[in-house]
Amino acid sequence: MTRLQSVFTKPHAAFVAFITAGDGDTAANLDALVAGGADVIELGMPFTDPMADGPAIQAANLRSLGAGTTTADVFRIAAEFRKRHPNTPLVLMGYANPMIRRGPEWFADAAHAAGVDGVICVDIPPEEDAALGPALRAKGIAPIRLATPTTDAARLPQVLDGSDGFLYYVSVAGITGKQQAATAAIEEAVIKLKAATDLPVAVGFGVRTPDQAAAIAAHADGVVVGSALVELCGEFGRDAPAKLQELTTKMVSAIKQAPKASGS
Amino acid sequence: MNDTPPNSFKNQPDDHGHFGEFGGRYVAETLMPLILDLEREYRAAQADPAFAAQFDDLLEHYVGRPSPLYFAERLTEDLGGAQIWFKRDELNHTGAHKINNCIGQILLAIRMGKKRIIAETGAGQHGVATATVCARFGLPCVIYMGAEDVARQSPNVFRMKLLGAEVVPVTSGGATLKDAMNEGLRDWVANVHDTFYIIGTAAGPHPYPEMVRNFQSVIGTEARAQMLTRAGRLPDLLIACIGGGSNALGLFHPFLDDADVRMLGVEAAGHGLDGDEHAASLLGGAPGVLHGNKTYLLQDEDGQITEGHSISAGLDYPGIGPEHAWLKEIGRVEYTAVTDEEALEGFQLLCRTEGIIPALEPSHAIAAVAKRAKDMRKDEIILMNLCGRGDKDIFTVAEKLGVEI
Repeated sequence: MTRLQSVFTKPHAAFVAFITAGDGDTAANLDALVAGGADVIELGMPFTDPMADGPAIQAANLRSLGAGTTTADVFRIAAEFRKRHPNTPLVLMGYANPMIRRGPEWFADAAHAAGVDGVICVDIPPEEDAALGPALRAKGIAPIRLATPTTDAARLPQVLDGSDGFLYYVSVAGITGKQQAATAAIEEAVIKLKAATDLPVAVGFGVRTPDQAAAIAAHADGVVVGSALVELCGEFGRDAPAKLQELTTKMVSAIKQAPKASGS
Repeated sequence: MNDTPPNSFKNQPDDHGHFGEFGGRYVAETLMPLILDLEREYRAAQADPAFAAQFDDLLEHYVGRPSPLYFAERLTEDLGGAQIWFKRDELNHTGAHKINNCIGQILLAIRMGKKRIIAETGAGQHGVATATVCARFGLPCVIYMGAEDVARQSPNVFRMKLLGAEVVPVTSGGATLKDAMNEGLRDWVANVHDTFYIIGTAAGPHPYPEMVRNFQSVIGTEARAQMLTRAGRLPDLLIACIGGGSNALGLFHPFLDDADVRMLGVEAAGHGLDGDEHAASLLGGAPGVLHGNKTYLLQDEDGQITEGHSISAGLDYPGIGPEHAWLKEIGRVEYTAVTDEEALEGFQLLCRTEGIIPALEPSHAIAAVAKRAKDMRKDEIILMNLCGRGDKDIFTVAEKLGVEI
């Protein structure tokens, strides 16, 4: 069983925590997320043009790049994390251009060497899978795809085909960090997705509070929080780890009190 | 589609929107169903004679097409080589070729029942053209424009506002055209059901590069027929400036299978290709993925996008339409670059010799014409797309020439 698979066998929904690599003391921030109980780490690869992201994560990208973060730095952060936390799944999330700049095989090799479990590439839809997917699969790295409110039943099989690790349900048509969809709408969408795939379904975009996380955890296999954590990195800088751990602890505690989705 | 002869240069893109290895649909999943829907609706419009009839009617009576084909006699004498002819797209309503595409896309938006139009703009020409067609058809219009460009191009900002558009200054990133495009995509992804995004150049996710090229091909289709009527033969060399590349593709595409017609695309070399201050994606960039397509980009070794520089805000974009990337790779079109200084000389040359004040964008093409014409025979013909007029640029030019107005 892979690290990603085993995380979703826990009795509660997984808490998936996102921060941007190179935004502050990333090693300390990641350790705080793990200490707070995060089940999966999503490490954002900074990009100059994060067009699916709202103001919070845009700003984190710019802070990171402004501090001189390189692709080599991102892999160094990942590799060191893997040494410190051999069992916590680590997923890289970002945009196509930095991932394919040196060729998809180069990227997959580097990710594999750094102990990365999965990759979410925002702007490579199934139609362009050849740009990165085959290279990741060859190295045993899960290409994690996104499903959205605009992904209808006719299109869903194409999204699922070649998808691995978990399915990331983007709960709102929009950018990261904006308002959340109604819980009922999320529940309905998750039920449909779970009927169509055996992959765990994690829900993200617009999840900001423990209450929201708990409501989602009642139906989904995972809850993704990004902007709310990234804002703490921006606000508190080097002092962010304590704040990150605090929020993560609250989120995880709320999630654990929610019953896990039936049938998974 | 099936009657395109094999080995044609005009049968791109393929069914997936790829021009060779370039183009494609590199967008977030939220947008993917919309892009597919747009493609379906565009194919239906292409097959509908009523759509073409409405497009042609508006181009004739609203835009003022066909634009003239003009023999630049004094410029030809001055350069002392090949005959110089201009396709006069600067005489269009709103002063540039941009309107051709906007007419096509707004008709498609209306056909699709969309209630709201968004667009990005750099220099403001595409923003003005979009605001114009929105006023003409009574649709609300939001234009994203980098805050830097809002400051540099205040006359165009005022024009857009007069036309009823809301101009949103974009402060993210470098606050220029690419950031405006990011913000346009962010708006679109959040307003998927009622909003149509009018992209201004032959770039972005499929079907935009093909669609914009087809709407702009009216330039080359007219010019080809006009040339045969006036000169009795096809030109030897086509020249056009390139930012995203829509005016160049509009001119080149109808000639691509005319084997004896050579083509030259002119990028902006800014302060020179040896430094970082240029906007020449093909000559100074490398392939990558941005804004929905794979193409040549200005970027660093990690794939971070770098800012383009040009005296012309309309050429100041770190990417280029994917069809140009393909035409470069297969060698059908030659590409060169012209510096800010050379473009300024081209600008003044045309003012003096022909009584035409060109935009700074085609001034790059004029500079390339001046270089090439001298080495060509007097019975040879250069056809250049004079894609925009220079009223908008007089402040920039005055500043560069050290004149206070």
